[in-house]
Amino acid sequence: MQLLKLSETVNFMRLRIPAMVLSTILILGSFVSLGVNSLNWGLDFTGGTLIEVGYEDAANLEGIRAQLNEANFEDAIVQNFGSSQDVLIRIAPRDGVKAVTIGEQVLAALRADGTAVDMRRIEFVGPNVGEELTEQGGLAMLVALLCILVYVAMRFEWRFALGSVSALAHDVILTLGLFSVLQIEFDLTVLAAVLAVIGYSLNDTIVVCDRIRENFRKIRKGEPVEIINISLTQTLNRTIITSLTTVLVLVALFYKGGALIHGFATALLFGVVVGTYSSVYIASSVALALGISKEDLMPPQVEKEGADLDPMP
Amino acid sequence: MLNKNSIWKVLSALIVVAVCALYALPNIYGEDHAVQISAGRDAVVTDATVEQVKAALSEKNISPKRVEFENEQILVRVSDSDTQLITRETLEKVLGDDYYVAMNLAPDTPEWLEELGGTPMKLGLDLRGGVHFLMEVDMTEVITKSLEDAESGFRTSLREEGIRYRGVKQIDDHIDITFRDEDALDKAEFFLRNQSRDLTFNQVDDLTLRAIFAESKLQEIRDNAVKQNITIIRNRVNQLGVAEPLVQKQGADRIVVQLPGIQDTARAKEILNATATLEFRMVDQKNDIRDALNGRVPPGSQVIEDQQGIPQLLEKRIMLTGSHIIDANSGVDEYGLPNVNISLDSEGGNKMSRSTRGNIGKPMATVFIEYKSTGERNDDGKLVFEKHEQVISVATIRAQLGSKFQITGLDSPKEARDLALLLRAGALIAPIQIVEERTVGPSLGKENIELGMQAIMYGLAAVLVFMLIYYKAFGVVANIALITNLVMIVGIMSMIPGATLTLPGMAGIVLTVGMAVDANVLIFERIREEMRDGRSPQQAIHQGYDSAFSTILDANITTFLAGLILFAVGTGPIKGFSITLMIGIATSMFTAILVTRVIVNAVWGGKRVEKLAI
Repeated sequence: MQLLKLSETVNFMRLRIPAMVLSTILILGSFVSLGVNSLNWGLDFTGGTLIEVGYEDAANLEGIRAQLNEANFEDAIVQNFGSSQDVLIRIAPRDGVKAVTIGEQVLAALRADGTAVDMRRIEFVGPNVGEELTEQGGLAMLVALLCILVYVAMRFEWRFALGSVSALAHDVILTLGLFSVLQIEFDLTVLAAVLAVIGYSLNDTIVVCDRIRENFRKIRKGEPVEIINISLTQTLNRTIITSLTTVLVLVALFYKGGALIHGFATALLFGVVVGTYSSVYIASSVALALGISKEDLMPPQVEKEGADLDPMP
Repeated sequence: MLNKNSIWKVLSALIVVAVCALYALPNIYGEDHAVQISAGRDAVVTDATVEQVKAALSEKNISPKRVEFENEQILVRVSDSDTQLITRETLEKVLGDDYYVAMNLAPDTPEWLEELGGTPMKLGLDLRGGVHFLMEVDMTEVITKSLEDAESGFRTSLREEGIRYRGVKQIDDHIDITFRDEDALDKAEFFLRNQSRDLTFNQVDDLTLRAIFAESKLQEIRDNAVKQNITIIRNRVNQLGVAEPLVQKQGADRIVVQLPGIQDTARAKEILNATATLEFRMVDQKNDIRDALNGRVPPGSQVIEDQQGIPQLLEKRIMLTGSHIIDANSGVDEYGLPNVNISLDSEGGNKMSRSTRGNIGKPMATVFIEYKSTGERNDDGKLVFEKHEQVISVATIRAQLGSKFQITGLDSPKEARDLALLLRAGALIAPIQIVEERTVGPSLGKENIELGMQAIMYGLAAVLVFMLIYYKAFGVVANIALITNLVMIVGIMSMIPGATLTLPGMAGIVLTVGMAVDANVLIFERIREEMRDGRSPQQAIHQGYDSAFSTILDANITTFLAGLILFAVGTGPIKGFSITLMIGIATSMFTAILVTRVIVNAVWGGKRVEKLAI
């Protein structure tokens, strides 16, 4: 069985200008949304208290809000989480050590009228911890991108390095943009997912770059655009199949993994799709725009590749 | 002939997979409900204790699955949670206060496997329920205290040396010593420089010398504060009787405390958060308390109220601090009044006997010091702590005190018990503040595991079916590799002592399942390409594996690199995720390249093959 039977080279690069325009618009859109809406930062970043409780029957959110109002938690955000019985309550950070006991106070307030309330989790994060985390998360992302840039530049060529890092940055920005537009809560697991998107997208990009390099060395004639088209066509089946299997498990995670992991699965699902697109269009387009040529990729003397290969007809 | 397996390749693949599978095995045995008994300060667990436990259980008609005695702890395994409750109650009654009896879940790993070092994966609190605290040590307070010590040291040594000074004062992060003339300053500077190497001295003006802690000393003070707090918190956690607690340093001034299975956070916090210490000081009898209350407090003294609110004039000089206390028990004295019996370490004993020798017949005060948050924050966003001092007893020194003595004058037996507990657990030398707290209910933890497992199963099934349809016989090979890969991840996670499986970690495994086939897809697509170009099956296999190799290597090394950075910079869930990701990358490369090659060679290699089912 074969997914796509490609007898001819697909002219991917014909669409590179529209793709670039599309990506630029999306990136700008993401920036605008991040600027206007910002991200819906989760507790891990903002600090505060989060309480998840379970009711035996469908929970009455209005009633809970009234109960909390009475207990002086006017700022509480009350919403369903996962199912109609599970309720998530968020309370902004307050000054003072009392913040630590807020969880117990809220629980006491909810149980005051004798309702059976099951404590599922209570999390309290001080504002300082959140601030540090934001810095750390951002730093982790930048360091990761930088190290990748250096490694790819060493192993391949600086134009490819810039191309793959642009593709990665593209994916990260769009994923953040999606979270900003949809106002999905951005917590630590989502951050982990964004970092995983970097890993996935990188994997994809390297495979494509690797093939382009190989073909530059192997194919004697041909413009860079043609060689890139040939390489993309050759790797297309693999790109789609890997994305497909990954998407398959992510869909399982999205539907079966539980509410806590929803953000994680959403970020990765989107990231995998965008990552697949960017490895085809962004990485190679950028390398092309930077003027990649055959000479740049000829192997240094010691490379073993090509020695035992016949030139392609 | 192409594609023949070398023996060492087959053997090494087999051995690696077998070892991983062996260590993954403990995870399928599940867990026993258990009760864990450990000794308190005054007791030891011996074979006799084991017999006592067994006797108590048979009397109550409880038949445990196993009673284990190891590492000075007894573990009683029972069949269900109800029996577990009864067992705990029974044993608590029989053993009394000298032992800590805690409920626990013990892995039901067979003994032969345990002997090989096999243990199941450690589950994070999000998967098993419990409390996680992140605490911060208040360093300003620690440093101020050290400066105060140095301050009184200066007074004493200058006096002993006969150097006249006008005043010694601790301000913010330094101590200013003022003199009457430059001559005295020069002499003092020369003397103090030699004596106190931890401090740097600068002349601020003609008559003032300023002392500041050297950077190395500050570092040492901070490290010690965190270390001592960790020791003390560990002691306190033991008093709570928690099974498998974790107390660990994080960053420069933070401590992570994880208490699996604990639900009563209020009690845990009360015990952990109590920041208290004791000081023994002489009552100042040379000066009049009335003058002090009118605002003329002598420079070497201080007014502190006692529990009834009556002010006492005490010397500032501290005879002994609570850090020398090694044990404290509550009891009653000959008049039936509550007291606390204190034992000191040898250094503390020496100090005590030296300072009480010349003071027999004079009153000595015990001061209880507690740090309480005011609820306010300073400019750096740190919580402000207030020092609360209270005289809890004034007793006349009847004889020279040694390393054992009593504190009397307590209000109630309960107060004596609480004080003894605090003293026994050691006094926190620096205030700590909970900056993060996460409690996960046991039902949610269980649900998280179930949902995570389900996701893995469904995802895995989908990928297996897809690969089988798409690559036929080679799909079977890839599927074997995929399952081997999962087993290896579990095995390695169980082998690494520090690795903990968390919810994001499970997500990492799910992701790995999806991505693990990538290497095989790359190889198989190459083989197909080679076949399309008209190569023989044998050559196609050979060429396919060969030319895919460098691609796989490059792609995985870069992703691994990303994982490594996450591990280095990240905390908590990010670390958990990056560990599984890195392990997943390593194992998937091993299985996709080596394991499948061994299978492919064994099935198709070394013979004439007309057509490949790929």
